[in-house]
Amino acid sequence: MSFLRTVAVVMRKDLVVETRSMEVVYTSALFAVLCVLVFAFGFVQDGRADSAAAAAILWIAIAFAGTLALARVFDRERQNETLRAMLLAPVPRPALYVGKLAGVLTLLLVVEALVVPLVALWFQAALFRHAALMAGLILAGSTGYAAVGTLFAAMLARSRSRASLLPLLLYPITIPVIIAGVRGTAALLQPDADLPVARAWLMMLVSFDAVFITLSLWLFEPTMTE
Amino acid sequence: MKRLFPLLVVLCIAMFAYAPFLIVNAPYESTMGLVQKIFYFHVPAALTMFLSAFVASIAAAVFLFGRKPGADRIAVSAAELTVLFGLVVLITGPLWARKAWGVWWQWDARLTSTLVMWLVFQSYLLLRRYGGPGSDKLSAAVAVFGGALVPFVYWSVNMWRTVHPTTSVVPTLDASMRGPFYFCLLAFFLLYALLLAARTMLEAHRARLEALYLGLED
Amino acid sequence: MASADFTSLTFRDVTRHFGRRRALHHVTFTCEAGEIVAVLGANGAGKSTLLSIAATLLTPSAGSVLYGAQSARDGGIALRGRIGVLGHDLYLYPELTAAENLAFFARLYGMANVEAVVSASLTRAALLECAGEPVSSFSRGMRQRLALERALLHSPRLLLLDEPFTGLDDTASGVLRERLLESKRSGAIVVVTTHDLESIEALVDTAFVLTAGRAEPLRAGPGSLRQRYRSHVVS
Repeated sequence: MSFLRTVAVVMRKDLVVETRSMEVVYTSALFAVLCVLVFAFGFVQDGRADSAAAAAILWIAIAFAGTLALARVFDRERQNETLRAMLLAPVPRPALYVGKLAGVLTLLLVVEALVVPLVALWFQAALFRHAALMAGLILAGSTGYAAVGTLFAAMLARSRSRASLLPLLLYPITIPVIIAGVRGTAALLQPDADLPVARAWLMMLVSFDAVFITLSLWLFEPTMTE
Repeated sequence: MKRLFPLLVVLCIAMFAYAPFLIVNAPYESTMGLVQKIFYFHVPAALTMFLSAFVASIAAAVFLFGRKPGADRIAVSAAELTVLFGLVVLITGPLWARKAWGVWWQWDARLTSTLVMWLVFQSYLLLRRYGGPGSDKLSAAVAVFGGALVPFVYWSVNMWRTVHPTTSVVPTLDASMRGPFYFCLLAFFLLYALLLAARTMLEAHRARLEALYLGLED
Repeated sequence: MASADFTSLTFRDVTRHFGRRRALHHVTFTCEAGEIVAVLGANGAGKSTLLSIAATLLTPSAGSVLYGAQSARDGGIALRGRIGVLGHDLYLYPELTAAENLAFFARLYGMANVEAVVSASLTRAALLECAGEPVSSFSRGMRQRLALERALLHSPRLLLLDEPFTGLDDTASGVLRERLLESKRSGAIVVVTTHDLESIEALVDTAFVLTAGRAEPLRAGPGSLRQRYRSHVVS
């Protein structure tokens, strides 16, 4: 079976499971909204937050909600040991990784489709002024975050203390994603947007994605066999 | 090696004992004054930390792909030493910053990247300790990621902000300052090599002990 | 695929430990195609570890496992495709329907006529009427039947079953016995761990007992499987 077919089969399965319960989208979206709200209390003064604060709040909400979604998606695979069943299948294991990554990324993008307009609305942030660049930053940032997160969540699926360890492993390694996301978004949100800077950050995110997806594809097989 | 080890330990102690004299006698830097002398320990510690991070990720990659348990013992030792030397950097840095910049901490490129790398290797050690069986492979993946992360952290934090004196300081050093600096650098590298060897040997002994324990009921 | 096929499973001096806990201790045995082998033993004796190693999900700390003449590493992906596992945790998605579960794994195993395979499996599991219902609404027995068909979807050469009789009523366990015999006749190697000695009494070709990770063949002789197992444990 071809690599891409496996990816499609695994991703489709994850999305069907999610449409049955909507649990991951619902809980992570609500959690993201709560993050935005909690940080708003810290950043908003005289009824307004500056543009950099809106960018920071958006990316923190994405990161936190992403951790929640990752943990839940792999809890599902662990519940009936279906992760083992997939590893037993005669398919290249990196294809399973890409399939899970595609599923996680789709869920994350759905959550972001709700959170981004909300941040734009609540903070009068001009997130849609340069919509293409903004979408590029969100897509590239989420891909990098989900790529690292999927590998670690899969690795930790059989560990006892996975709930506490996942954020501890994920956050230091995805710091470049957060910096690039926040700074790139802030550059777009300034009164006169700094497009070259935003593009530079986008480039950095794309190269981060390339390097870390390649590394994860290499590391998935040796870390999944005990 | 076994016979050389104590000799090198004595040499290392002697070097660290002599270093303060060299540093005191090095010329007084006019703008910074006395605090500049932290530089003689701070920079070698930082270089050693990054060297150690590099050693840890290479060893972890060899362990994962080559299935060599010996490489894992080097990786775990190097990861611990990364955290240790990182601590030296993160303590001496603010001491200098307080005097030079007037604040204990600046979100400057190098300080921040050092902190991020330090946290990556902290998470390596945490995973190793609390991850349960099989965590040796998982933490190896963290170390490999850590190695690939260095340029990204450096690049992103650099683009974010920079107030730290640049790398070009070292080659442009006054000749009379260069001597003590390289002496200290050598001392730190020697200390690192010794600690790494000792820690790896300890880990090898532990592995042998485990093997003996497991063979006990045969 | 053909190159990855095999007609025997050999454990040669296999040891596996987790930290200091030893799960398997110098286990050696061979089973041939067309054999049903029972692995008996108390809880925590290492039965699940043995099955995980045979399934290639765990690697031994020492010793080797051979599928025919090749190791799991030589066999790779194709070898995995010749193994079927019914785990204790059933490997089913509760949110998906019975048909969707089977179809997912049929696609993952690269089968051509997914729909025909799925409906044949559902018929055998006697679950055709509830094919469109989510597995979460199934009873333990129904799930067990579905999980067995999931493990047999790709007609594996090596079938590994962890406590397959759990939750089955008499009719269902009769069907399971029939399925195992069918696999045996088709030349599969069947390895079963179980506590339910009466259920497998008539099926088993060879049996061995795991005690604290050590494997010993169950002595042939008079008496039922349970009587022989009792006297083995006592001695």
